[in-house]
Amino acid sequence: MLDLFIRAIRLIDPFSSRDEVTSLLIINGRIEAIGKDIDAPSAVNNVIDGKGLWLTPGLMDIHCHLREPGEEYKEDIASGTMSAVAGGFTTICPMPNTRPPNDCASITRFIIEKGESYKRARALPIACITKGQKGEELTEFGDILASGAIAFSDDGLPVRDASIMRLALEYSRNFDCLIISHAEEMSLSKGGAMNEGRMSTILGLKGIPSACEDIAVYRDIRLAELTGARLHIAHVSTKEAVRLIMEAKQRGVRVTCETAPHYFSLTEDAVDGYNTLSKMNPPLRTEEDREAIIEGLKDGIIDCIATDHAPHSILEKECEFERAMNGIIGFETAVPLGLELVRQGILDELSLIHLFTKGPASVIGIEPEPVKAGSMAEFTVIDPEREFIPTKETLFSKSHNTPFLNKKLRGRPVLTAYNGKIVFKLK
Amino acid sequence: MYQMKHLLSIRQLKREDIEFLLSQAEAFKEVLSRPIKKVPALRGKTIVNLFFEPSTRTKLSFELAAKRLSADTVSISKSMSSLEKGEDLIDTVKNIEAMKADCFVIRHRASGAAHLIAGVTKCPVINAGDGTNEHPTQALLDCLTLKEHFGNIRGLRVAIIGDILHSRVARSDILALMLMGAECIISGPATMMPKDIEALGARVCLDVKEAVKDADCIICLRIQRERQGGARLFPSLREYAMFFGLSPEIFSLTKDDAVIMHPGPVNKGVELSPELMNIKQTLIFQQVTSGVAVRMAVLAMLLAGQ
Repeated sequence: MLDLFIRAIRLIDPFSSRDEVTSLLIINGRIEAIGKDIDAPSAVNNVIDGKGLWLTPGLMDIHCHLREPGEEYKEDIASGTMSAVAGGFTTICPMPNTRPPNDCASITRFIIEKGESYKRARALPIACITKGQKGEELTEFGDILASGAIAFSDDGLPVRDASIMRLALEYSRNFDCLIISHAEEMSLSKGGAMNEGRMSTILGLKGIPSACEDIAVYRDIRLAELTGARLHIAHVSTKEAVRLIMEAKQRGVRVTCETAPHYFSLTEDAVDGYNTLSKMNPPLRTEEDREAIIEGLKDGIIDCIATDHAPHSILEKECEFERAMNGIIGFETAVPLGLELVRQGILDELSLIHLFTKGPASVIGIEPEPVKAGSMAEFTVIDPEREFIPTKETLFSKSHNTPFLNKKLRGRPVLTAYNGKIVFKLK
Repeated sequence: MYQMKHLLSIRQLKREDIEFLLSQAEAFKEVLSRPIKKVPALRGKTIVNLFFEPSTRTKLSFELAAKRLSADTVSISKSMSSLEKGEDLIDTVKNIEAMKADCFVIRHRASGAAHLIAGVTKCPVINAGDGTNEHPTQALLDCLTLKEHFGNIRGLRVAIIGDILHSRVARSDILALMLMGAECIISGPATMMPKDIEALGARVCLDVKEAVKDADCIICLRIQRERQGGARLFPSLREYAMFFGLSPEIFSLTKDDAVIMHPGPVNKGVELSPELMNIKQTLIFQQVTSGVAVRMAVLAMLLAGQ
């Protein structure tokens, strides 16, 4: 088991609101002591100098796609968890749109057990709201929750019928569980390949108006209000959605939301040249939307950052834009993109780490392993200045569908510890 | 004049590029009027026409242009259905390239298809229409037709009327005409106006009468019934003809010496009244002739130096 001394590192822990330079002693995988004045016992040879580094609780991503079971050629639980810890995440929530979809207790258990077998990270599955993601019949919420799922979503597809969404929200109250909305009014997005606006007109591609998301966000907020259930809005990308969620929160609706790094880093302009690596759903929006997302992160209206890590093989991206699949990988680029907000003076360090730890933990209602004496070692060490270029060769994900491929990024996790062991260490 | 590798869009061009191509096309037009309509410019070159969408005029025009330059041509026409079966565009192009082709001319239903294959082949690629994006040689031939008729494009007022949303011709025309210093006004059913089309430089005027007022040229666009899908974007052809079609009454609001153009094929009695088809102000056949000359200029420019 791990014996390690980390000397004088900047500990940024939103759970205890600490941001201070301190040292940590880990003996036998457990945090033995934390303090400014402690020193390495002579028996511990493994010492890390924390100068210039940050230590945070293990990061958490409540929206990703691991593709197993069924589409292992894109990613599997082994490669997905490796990519996650390389990106600093020790807790990840895979969405249920696998083949078959995770709509029952046995698939939920399969994902958890397979995840545990690699001993790298905690995979807490999100199961389908409806059987087969068909939007018709509710899944067995009680049984699935008892098997370890932490929320329900038909992510990738919205629950089209408002009365089914209402049923799901009502039934969720028996278990006080979370319903996650993929907010999209399908009749407005049909055939669309990117955001509708200036760039879709220039490129001659069919667009998806931002109203498509706004309408669905409002519908689900009203249904949450009607039923008193807990609702989480996935991948918020529009200015109006942020405003609707702010208003709902102000009047006491139990709603939370997330955004993904690409929505605060890129705009529809990234699609120019028919770049399928910038194609995702919801699509990249305008600069005005991007700014509203950043404001939402600053004001706390957006509760957390989730990657929406969505691996696709090259076959599904090297083709005509309209035929290309939606989605980009996100585990390994999330931290540097988040750090950009700190460098631009938009967020302080503690607020950024909050969005990757305490924020998502509060949304799904779990208490992760704290960074304190007596706990098993679970944390992420980040070098905020370390530059790197994600390439096909260096990414840990099986897929490399990211608009940041071959682009220089700054800041990244250099060491990730989980359950008392180092599960990732950058060479 | 920089050395252009492909002709994928008007968006990639500068004003000087268009001027150069138009002057070349004028020279080639003279070739077309000779008894022996052939020059040896591209002897030994093989041009591959990839037409994944039905086309008669454009395909024939490219083939004739290539033959007038003494190039060899081969063509494949594939219906959309074989692509839906999973036929891979990139593979198709790489296979043909391996047979030692020199140039690809592509028409495809997907916007960006020409850009896609330009990224995987060493051969020059000419976009002969990609989805609802662009149709650059159509814009060039429209410019040539206007230049020949009016002497100059700068300062002309051009109204483009009809299905702007699905029209690659409209996009390329707007970009080219703006570059050449014309004024562009677009009109048609609001359901057929792309969002933020002003970004291309055109002015939207939903009232057709207002849009054509004092125009030097009206470009009528074809209603692309095949591209609409889903709900119809206007109630009926009858209503379209009544409110958005070019009739003698609407045409009388333009300047006295105004002309009519249409990229063809015309839905007679829908976007254009039959009475206007064969009047001298209608330049549809001049456009077709300009098409061959412009395509010769493009082929010669991309291939002659190779």
